[in-house]
Amino acid sequence: MQKRLSAIEIIGVSKQFGDFTALHQVDFRILQNEFFTLLGPSGCGKTTLLRMIAGFESPSRGTILLNGKDISDSPAHKRRVNTVFQNYALFPHMTLSQNIAFGLENLGWERGKIRARVGEMLEMVHMSQFAARKPDQLSGGQRQRIALARALAPGPEVLLLDEPLSALDLKLRQSMRDELRRLQRETGITFVFVTHDQEEALDMSDRIAVMGNGHVQQIGAPDEIYEAPQNRFVADFIGETNFLDGEVVSVEGGHATIRTALGIDITAAQSGVQGPGPAVLSIRPEKIGLDARAEGETRSGRIVSRNYMGGFTHYTVEAGGVSLRVSQRNAQSRQGRLDVGDEVRLGFAAENARVLGQ
Amino acid sequence: MSKGFRIWGLVPAWALMLLTLILPIFIVAGVSVGERGAYGGFEWSFDLTAYRQILFTLGWTDELEFDPKYLIIIARTLGYAAGATAISLLLALPVAYWISLQSARDKALLIYLVTLPFWVSMIVRVYAWLIILGNDGMAETVYRFFGGSDVPGFLFTPGAMLVGMVYSYIPLMILPVYAAVEKLDPALIEASHDLYGSRWTALRRVIIPLASPGLVGGSILVFVPCLGTVLEPMLLGGGRQLMMGTLIQNQFGGARDWPFGAAIAMVLLVLVVLVLILNARRATRQLEVQA
Amino acid sequence: MSASRSVRHYPGFRLLSLVFFLWLYLPIGVVIFYSFNDNRLVSVWTGFSTKWYATALSNQSLMDALEVSLVVAVLSMIFATTIALLAALVLTRAPGLKFRRVSETVVNLPLLLPEIVLAVAVLILFSQIGLNNGMVRLVLAHTAFCTPFAFMPIRARLQGMPLDFEEAARDLYAAPFTVFRRVTLPMIMPGVFAGAMTAFVISMDDFITSNMLNSGGATTLPVYIFSLIRQGTTPELNAVSTLLIAASLILATLVLVLNARAMRRSA
Repeated sequence: MQKRLSAIEIIGVSKQFGDFTALHQVDFRILQNEFFTLLGPSGCGKTTLLRMIAGFESPSRGTILLNGKDISDSPAHKRRVNTVFQNYALFPHMTLSQNIAFGLENLGWERGKIRARVGEMLEMVHMSQFAARKPDQLSGGQRQRIALARALAPGPEVLLLDEPLSALDLKLRQSMRDELRRLQRETGITFVFVTHDQEEALDMSDRIAVMGNGHVQQIGAPDEIYEAPQNRFVADFIGETNFLDGEVVSVEGGHATIRTALGIDITAAQSGVQGPGPAVLSIRPEKIGLDARAEGETRSGRIVSRNYMGGFTHYTVEAGGVSLRVSQRNAQSRQGRLDVGDEVRLGFAAENARVLGQ
Repeated sequence: MSKGFRIWGLVPAWALMLLTLILPIFIVAGVSVGERGAYGGFEWSFDLTAYRQILFTLGWTDELEFDPKYLIIIARTLGYAAGATAISLLLALPVAYWISLQSARDKALLIYLVTLPFWVSMIVRVYAWLIILGNDGMAETVYRFFGGSDVPGFLFTPGAMLVGMVYSYIPLMILPVYAAVEKLDPALIEASHDLYGSRWTALRRVIIPLASPGLVGGSILVFVPCLGTVLEPMLLGGGRQLMMGTLIQNQFGGARDWPFGAAIAMVLLVLVVLVLILNARRATRQLEVQA
Repeated sequence: MSASRSVRHYPGFRLLSLVFFLWLYLPIGVVIFYSFNDNRLVSVWTGFSTKWYATALSNQSLMDALEVSLVVAVLSMIFATTIALLAALVLTRAPGLKFRRVSETVVNLPLLLPEIVLAVAVLILFSQIGLNNGMVRLVLAHTAFCTPFAFMPIRARLQGMPLDFEEAARDLYAAPFTVFRRVTLPMIMPGVFAGAMTAFVISMDDFITSNMLNSGGATTLPVYIFSLIRQGTTPELNAVSTLLIAASLILATLVLVLNARAMRRSA
């Protein structure tokens, strides 16, 4: 990873809109040929960042490098990056071919080359037979493909995608995910993908930057982000988790020992813990086992609610005055059916938990 | 958009309006305190004769005598404008409401039919009423048909002027009222009935309050041009009953008293600006209440 | 009729509305009807004839006035639409623009103030600066009061057009003027067309200002018609009025149909 070159470097970038600070001193790099996702809730600054890379907004402070060149002050039409817009922004008065040719014409390509490239692009997204149609004659998924073809046609150094799947219905979204991954692999272009949908991000990305409140909270591969969240925000935003308040009694390198209301000291990987003091223990519902599946030191608890979800059953278990959400896979039918009011043993392996600073 | 364009894109509009509107209005103010020229036109000076003339005439021995004749013209103008606005309002509410109940296609068609006459030249529209109301015109024929023996003469009456003014400007009332009632949620009217309100209650306590932005907006759109109207009093009123518009017109035509015409124009301008300011204050108050 | 419909309906509103629409079209119908009257007296029907159209079309003064009106309307339309388009682009597309509110008010000023005041104002201005060319006077004054009419539909169209399209064009390497020529202008064209047509009709129809500025060689059609009316109603007037009505209605329908189609497409 280290040897790969950066496609984009964000250096100390801040953005103010009047009194509101959308981004605080953001620093990170996006590597060449990677599928990089900016993930966060709405208002976290991810779209602002994308628009600054595209050139629609300029940073209040800081620098953006594209393949080593400072592009902070170059206008959008001089940057070799292209965008797939959330609502596609296909020009309604032009045919699909004209839409795809638009960027090439502005770059001064000659006619013959443009025609060839447009054909190639239409083929790539399986839309050749629709070349002469106008965008309003297409379905959502088809518009999406044309938006992709239009943005990829000029061969940008980086492709920016602003929540491109949010306008599609559920079924199409899944197949477009695969399509996007395929296109990224085939073209070898760096993709910067913006989404608020964690499942999309985990499914598609090489690396994810989780953003919140104008800060980059964590950058890492999907499994790192899920399994080893660095702070409460990331643990909370990605997937579901139980937070148990507690007191750190000792810290040793990357691990901390925490005492929680469960009444047992747990030693687990930590981040953000400086020394003894208040912290939280984060444990995901599916990492907790009940009865036979309970691991580590177990405790007794009582089931207070039960939701049958098909593949899983979700329980709320009360133990030592705290309630924990527990999710169990329904591997075999009718095996050990638990009901509200039942007493159970519960436990989890310490390596599946995280101690996070306040 | 380039930085330069931001500046010069607005320059033509500003230049045009400054040159043909804002600057000339100041000149009118200047002329209104000027002196009447010997052969029409005027000469620059500072002289309030024109304004004094609105209230007083010079008596036999050069003393000032209060003369309400121009005040009466101003009051008449306000009265006709208010009357035309009130009639438009009373007609527009039921018509706009009825249109809003039709199917989407009929609504579009009916609104098109409301706006269509507005595209027809004003002079043609006023002329049409001239033939309808004139001697042996349609109005008299219908009157006789229903047994009226001595025809009262419809033309050159206050009624004729009001009909002409309402006809000229009523689309400006219907459109905003329609825009307001069209947005009205039918469930609100049903709720009013559900809570034991009569039709009249629903109209008075639900429809009219919710349509009021349109009613007020439409009233201003009708009232302001009625204040300055020229054609209706001249053709349908027969020029016997002067209004401010015709009075101004005469000073720049036959009477050739530019300072006095300019002074009346300033009075008219002040009246209109007053209406606009009152409306703007009401609108901001409403916004504050909502906030 | 369902119960929910019946509580919304008011007895009498339907009848009143039908009478209203009859009343609205009565004058137009009467003028058209009598324009085909054979009799010299306007309101005494004696038989069908198109002779008054022939009389009207061979009236040289009338044709001259029509020519003045057309030239003034076309020039005012071009100037007003161009000025309105530039202003609307800046007012809707420049972020953080200073004087935005006051600029919008200034563009719309002719709509806010009574026309007779503006007519007096330009008359005095022109006589002060010694601008005596009747046509130039008319075109200048008409351009001023046509501008807000051209401005409104153009601005509405620009406001209804998401910025995405222009951003997409910039993203695809289009320089600012290319963005305007290839994306913005084609997409707001229905608004520009509606604005231009409205400006044309407003100029063609104007009486108050044109009458105030009336001087040798620059008598517009409405002003000439007014002078004819003062001499008494004639069937010839009915024929001219009918032709004007037909022209207005055709233009209005064109604008409304094109606008409706554009709305449907963007929906």
